[in-house]
Amino acid sequence: MKKVLTGNFAAAYGATAAKVDVVSAYPITPQTTIVEILSEIVADGLLDADFIKVESEHSAMAACIGAQAVGARTFTATSAQGLALMHEMLHWAARGRLPIVMANVNRAMAPGWSIWADVTDSVAQRDTGWMQVYCENNQEVFDTILMSYKVGEYEDVLLPTLVNLDAFFLSHTSQVVDLYDEKTIDAFLPEYNPKIKLDVKDPRSFGALTSPEHYYEFSYKMQIAQENARSRIKEVSAEFEKRFGRKYDLIEAYRCEDAETVLVDYGTIAGTAKDAVDRMRDRGERVGALKIRYLRPFPVKEVCRILNSARQVGVIDRAISFGHEGPFFTEVKAAMYGSQIPIWGFLAGLGGRDVSIADIESVVTHMKQNEPSNIIWIGVKK
Amino acid sequence: MSADTAKKKTVKLTLPEEEIMSPGHLACQGCGAALALRYALKGLGRNTVMSIPACCWAVIDGPFPYSAAGVPIYHCAFETAASTASGITHALSRLNQKDITTLAWAGDGGTFDIGIQALSGAAERNDNLIYIVYDNEAYMNTGIQRSSSTPHGAWTTTTPVKYFKKGPKKNIMEIMVAHHIPYAATASVSYPEDFLKKLNKAKQIQGTRFFHLFAPCPTGWKHPPDIAVRVGRLATETNVFPIYEVENGVYKINRKPKNPKPVQEYLKLQGRFRHLDEKTVNVIQDDVNRNWDRLLKLEQAFGEPSA
Repeated sequence: MKKVLTGNFAAAYGATAAKVDVVSAYPITPQTTIVEILSEIVADGLLDADFIKVESEHSAMAACIGAQAVGARTFTATSAQGLALMHEMLHWAARGRLPIVMANVNRAMAPGWSIWADVTDSVAQRDTGWMQVYCENNQEVFDTILMSYKVGEYEDVLLPTLVNLDAFFLSHTSQVVDLYDEKTIDAFLPEYNPKIKLDVKDPRSFGALTSPEHYYEFSYKMQIAQENARSRIKEVSAEFEKRFGRKYDLIEAYRCEDAETVLVDYGTIAGTAKDAVDRMRDRGERVGALKIRYLRPFPVKEVCRILNSARQVGVIDRAISFGHEGPFFTEVKAAMYGSQIPIWGFLAGLGGRDVSIADIESVVTHMKQNEPSNIIWIGVKK
Repeated sequence: MSADTAKKKTVKLTLPEEEIMSPGHLACQGCGAALALRYALKGLGRNTVMSIPACCWAVIDGPFPYSAAGVPIYHCAFETAASTASGITHALSRLNQKDITTLAWAGDGGTFDIGIQALSGAAERNDNLIYIVYDNEAYMNTGIQRSSSTPHGAWTTTTPVKYFKKGPKKNIMEIMVAHHIPYAATASVSYPEDFLKKLNKAKQIQGTRFFHLFAPCPTGWKHPPDIAVRVGRLATETNVFPIYEVENGVYKINRKPKNPKPVQEYLKLQGRFRHLDEKTVNVIQDDVNRNWDRLLKLEQAFGEPSA
């Protein structure tokens, strides 16, 4: 069944299709409609779940953790300040090996108050142990939520996933979304039934005091889980394509095969970049775009495979790590360590500033005319 | 207790004999918090799932892979005893395990201070859980720092003798009663029969049930470990810690000392009050008298109609 939906509705419908048992969430602009529509869906009995209307995002994640530890499938959604308030609990969820799925509407951090798109909020959660996906459109939001439960719930993964969608560009923009049918979804995503959980018949203590004798190994196992997730993501994406006819991977390469210039991007900028690439291709320029879907696990091999055949690479970031450079730029450079291919770091669209096709074309023009550098602010008023 | 010693006793054992908590825990000698969970689990039974935030019990239970409690435990973040328990209880209900009790088990720091927001949220939603704060009146696990439960006059490492704690402890019971929860009670490890009676009552009630449990701490209060129970009794016999319950807004004082002892009897056993002069002791006595009068009036106004 196809519907015209905003990104927030796609997220709420994704959680509904995943038949989550417990939702625990707190409202924040521009995530609010996810909370609203889910509470309606639950109240109408269309989703057999408990909705815990908590008093903060910190409690939202804590309640998801408690519920998931009992063996329930849980969902929550937040944005910016809410995600920052949750930060402590993100570690708790990941190190607790609980495959919670959370939608995060990427919004700039205050001050000044901004409700517009920027990925500083989620990038700041990079080292919590969560998998992180950045979505380009509303269909991808819906699909990624379904796939994230499946990937996270594998016993050799057991990790939570943050599904990111840009504020307003997706959260409040309507697009056609195929919701498929319940039977096909249920066949794709079976019930969550973890072997180890809070169980009075098998009393265990979770997350107890852990000495240096064991903590190191817990960290080692987290990393193994992230590595396992790489192949699980590919496997689940392949199954998803078979069942639903839509192809996903850790990355998405667009017209990169013979590209001399490859632009690396993520989120909604990736959609604009595809249009820009088409225009430049029409003019005979050999340009391609590489969309990074997963910040964690970071697709090192996949990124290198695409970029190693390029002559030059430009990375466009919608955030900056102050005192250094764009966060994805750092990741891509590190992945390409040892390569002689020149690479530029661009910043664009921070705090929701529009990133147009012309802006993306200007990136390629800049690369033609200038030596590589790490921080190039597109359209900044100095 | 062996069969031989049980025979010699003349006092009838009124508590369930089954020990759910095992003795191999890491509590200090004479720890009131260790007694507290031992009794709590006698009352609640094995069908209990616990959330435990940062507090003495995060250590007492034992390091990975050990656990002394005997029931499943989720060690949670400091401020999340209630919110984690909210998730647990909703999931249990959703997964058809409604006969299991959800117990949030936190210290006074995790309850009066950092966890009060999550507790208030759970109570306002009337989530189906039992929240027990075992109150040892300071951050004991980190080494005796003052909390908002530390009483007037007390020494702690952050309220040194020269600048001892000024002002009374927060009245957590009144805060919880103001949430209109179905059941709130004080109890003390020194009166286990009263505590268990209340736990049995609470088990029959749906919604948020709150216990303010008095748990002496020989290490932090600086008294010998073998008098922890006596110190707890004196807290009640002096009206420092009254034993009462509030069921659906109805107040009932469970123990009314006929001739309350002077607070000095309670204070003098503890090193944390050793520095107090007569004037400060009198201030504490006045506070205790005023609070007790207030409680009597509350019972008079909002007690059982026959009372």
